Amino acid sequence: MTTAFRFEPPAGEMPAAAGRTAAPAFLRVRSLTRRFGSFTALDRIDLEVARGEFVCFLGPSGCGKTTLLRTIAGLDRQDEGSIEIGGRDVSTAPPADRDFGIVFQSYALFPNLTVTDNVGYGLVNRRMPRAAIAARVAELLRLVGLPDQGRKFPVQLSGGQQQRVALARALATSPGLLLLDEPLSALDARVRLHLREEIRALQRRLGVTTIMVTHDQEEALAMADRIVVMNHGVIEQIGTPEEIYRRPASAFVADFVGTMTFFEATAAGPGQVRVGTRGLRVDAGATGFPADGTPLRLGLRPEEVRIRGVTTGDDNAFEALVEDLEFLGPFCRARLSARDAPGFELLADFSANLMRDLDIACGAVLRIALPPGSLRVFPRRDDRGGNGAPA
Amino acid sequence: MSATTVTAAPPRRLLTEERVATGLVGLLCLLLLLAIALPLWALLSKSFLDDQGRFVGLANYARYFATPVLVQSLLNSLFVATLATTIVIPLAFLYAYALTRSRMPAKGLFYALALLPIFAPSLLPALSLVYIFGNQGFLKDLLFGASIYGPIGIVMAQVFYCLPHATMILVAALGLADGRLYEAAKSLGTTRWRMFRTVTLPGAQYGLVSAAVVVFTLVITDFGIAKVIGGQFNVLATDAYKQVVGQQNFAMGAVVGMVLLVPAVLAFFVDRLLRRRQVALLSARAVPYAPQPERRRDLLLLGYCILVGGLVAAVLGVAVWASFIRYWPYNLSFTLANYAFAEFDPDGWQPYLNSLWVAGLTAAIGTPLVFVGAYLLEKTRAVPLGRALAQLLAMLPMAVPGMVLGLGYVFFFNAPWNPLGILYGTVAILALNCLAHFYTVAHITAVTALKQIDGEFEAVSASLQVPFWVTLRRVTVPICLPAILDIAVYLFVNALTTVSAVIFLYGPGTKLASIAIVHMDEAGAIAAAAAMATCIVATAIGVKLLHLLLDAVLFGRAQRWRAR
Repeated sequence: MTTAFRFEPPAGEMPAAAGRTAAPAFLRVRSLTRRFGSFTALDRIDLEVARGEFVCFLGPSGCGKTTLLRTIAGLDRQDEGSIEIGGRDVSTAPPADRDFGIVFQSYALFPNLTVTDNVGYGLVNRRMPRAAIAARVAELLRLVGLPDQGRKFPVQLSGGQQQRVALARALATSPGLLLLDEPLSALDARVRLHLREEIRALQRRLGVTTIMVTHDQEEALAMADRIVVMNHGVIEQIGTPEEIYRRPASAFVADFVGTMTFFEATAAGPGQVRVGTRGLRVDAGATGFPADGTPLRLGLRPEEVRIRGVTTGDDNAFEALVEDLEFLGPFCRARLSARDAPGFELLADFSANLMRDLDIACGAVLRIALPPGSLRVFPRRDDRGGNGAPA
Repeated sequence: MSATTVTAAPPRRLLTEERVATGLVGLLCLLLLLAIALPLWALLSKSFLDDQGRFVGLANYARYFATPVLVQSLLNSLFVATLATTIVIPLAFLYAYALTRSRMPAKGLFYALALLPIFAPSLLPALSLVYIFGNQGFLKDLLFGASIYGPIGIVMAQVFYCLPHATMILVAALGLADGRLYEAAKSLGTTRWRMFRTVTLPGAQYGLVSAAVVVFTLVITDFGIAKVIGGQFNVLATDAYKQVVGQQNFAMGAVVGMVLLVPAVLAFFVDRLLRRRQVALLSARAVPYAPQPERRRDLLLLGYCILVGGLVAAVLGVAVWASFIRYWPYNLSFTLANYAFAEFDPDGWQPYLNSLWVAGLTAAIGTPLVFVGAYLLEKTRAVPLGRALAQLLAMLPMAVPGMVLGLGYVFFFNAPWNPLGILYGTVAILALNCLAHFYTVAHITAVTALKQIDGEFEAVSASLQVPFWVTLRRVTVPICLPAILDIAVYLFVNALTTVSAVIFLYGPGTKLASIAIVHMDEAGAIAAAAAMATCIVATAIGVKLLHLLLDAVLFGRAQRWRAR
């Protein structure tokens, strides 16, 4: 049986830009569990990835994201659960029977082989004619932007170039699934930025279903169609980058992706919470507001703090003192404290423009408002999430 | 965009990776069981049986400890081992210190000088000492009437024999120093002596204990030196030989073997314990220590190295020189007569050829076996239990003295029920024994090299549907070639120089050079013994030089992909 290389995404299988596709799942993971002794690395993971989708596994080190990737690849064996790739149950199949290409953080290029031999490594074993292999390798090297580097050895290339070669090698056999295990972590910041755009463009062009493991939230937000945020071996949230950022499902996600100020709060009637002595309005939400007195955790992104045109009658408006300013280039991050409620502190980001227009400086007093729609309400759990800003 | 096509997943074959790996691990386990575990088991069980093969519990042991002569040997062994260790360690420490912490010239040369005895059988320094301090020795008067035959000779010869082992360990220990600690100490105005006590010594303490343990074990278990220069002074190793070869008392031989095993096993575990603790000693961010030139210190240390290194070379040289001399010490004219071995031993040059044959066989079979074995244990996932067993068996020989393994072979392969008995007395069993005896160090060398390779090569190969044996051949072996060469040379040189393990196992027509030395020395043909020892040293050093040459070529043109 022969298959044509999929350099163009097959018609009608373009990944939907926003999250859940209607297309049938290409990868299906069901209640996958992996334990190392008493430590549970993966706890009943359920996941579906559509054909052509780019999914990022995001989480802190030790959250299980790499274990999940390796288990999907068959490099690690699950204790329970099943894995299906392209409609075929591969739960017990060895890695060689799973049809994937993989790129590691360390590149894992064979140092004693030339770039050409590295890229052609998987082709040589398939009884392809020599000329066909050479053509295929040349094509791939062009694809990753290294058309003239074939005769070099890996040590003669830069880190970014080596990672491109690793990518070409992984794509050489036209796998149905491309697995990227922190492929950019070992690279310089600039190279990383550049390569991440290239990988994304290449993936779109080839339409190959891709899973990337990363601990870098910015990377995940920039590259993924969907992000799977993991912590302690469970999935905290699955969603598009925007969903993850705008509507984090838990305090952990909110804190791990982007910055958030947290307040210890208690419920005080529908759409009302109490933080210390101050009452605040929040969105009641559709699913019913927690009963009065329920301990909550309130979160607010620094860039959501309103400052322009705030009037006394606005929701959650109060006067705050600029305690401290941190210069971060295009914007400043201010530490504010409420004037009428000592101890109520929060972070706010002000663009350079705003700083200039409103003449913000340390010690200034500002009238600010916390938009109810931007205040995220989470249940208060002691074991995770939140940087615990004093309430 | 592309018209190129590629076949999809190759058809399923009978020869799956998992099955191949499982089969190979099984084979490895079987071989290691045969070559290491079962002989040791045979020795252990033999020590609980009487001459008729009936179980007698600890009776043999009781008899051992009730026999004053045998207990005396045990005490003798402990005595010479303790004495030799207390002399070697300071000597080697200062020597290693000079090599690592000074700016004296010709460090490479002095390191090579200290390592020279490794290329000789332990018999060689003993023979030299006989020439120097023996009944006709030119420095006999320095002993003030004491005889070199006995504890004095044993300890002196052991010091030379053990010096390279201790030096290697201490050079490694002292070479791993964090320069920042010294800079910190200096910036705090610490005195030189205090710096030595608070930075240098603590950094080297594990190396020191490890070296002491290794030397102590080497001395206790060495056979050749005690045999040649021990005279009437009995030690454990010569006892085992006498019980088995002289008196055919196998049960008592087995007990002596078990007693020999105790210090070696203890040493093994002490060493492992220390190694585990040492891991975190040096962080990845450490800055290597680079000694500053300091005239007085460098000159003093240079003088010391000239003295010690010169002595080592001189002691080896005396035996070589004497082998070319007509009649020590009366007629010092040059002759090759001592190399006409047929005059002294009915086997003539045959033992030397046998030794080459056994050493070549050990290296030729052992190197691929050890490397592929280490690869299976390190890089494949098949049969975890089998791999754990193989790992344990691979580490076992480290704790087993050659004499003990040799005895185990006698009992196991000589047993009437054992069909492998046909191997007894053949070159094959000698090579197998050498391989088993030196397996651990070779295995550790291979594992160390394999650990330095990216752990994801196998994963990448699997994803490309390339079986592991292709990657082993195309990638892993080329990368590990220097380590593979190391293993081959290590096995060859050690198989060439060993006495203790093979003394029980040779048969008619398969006598080895090192055994011929023992025999010719016993027969009083000491010059011929020295000549045979010279042949071994010359061969071993020749192989080592060849190794260095090959290494230079490997790292030069042939492997330009290596980052240097």
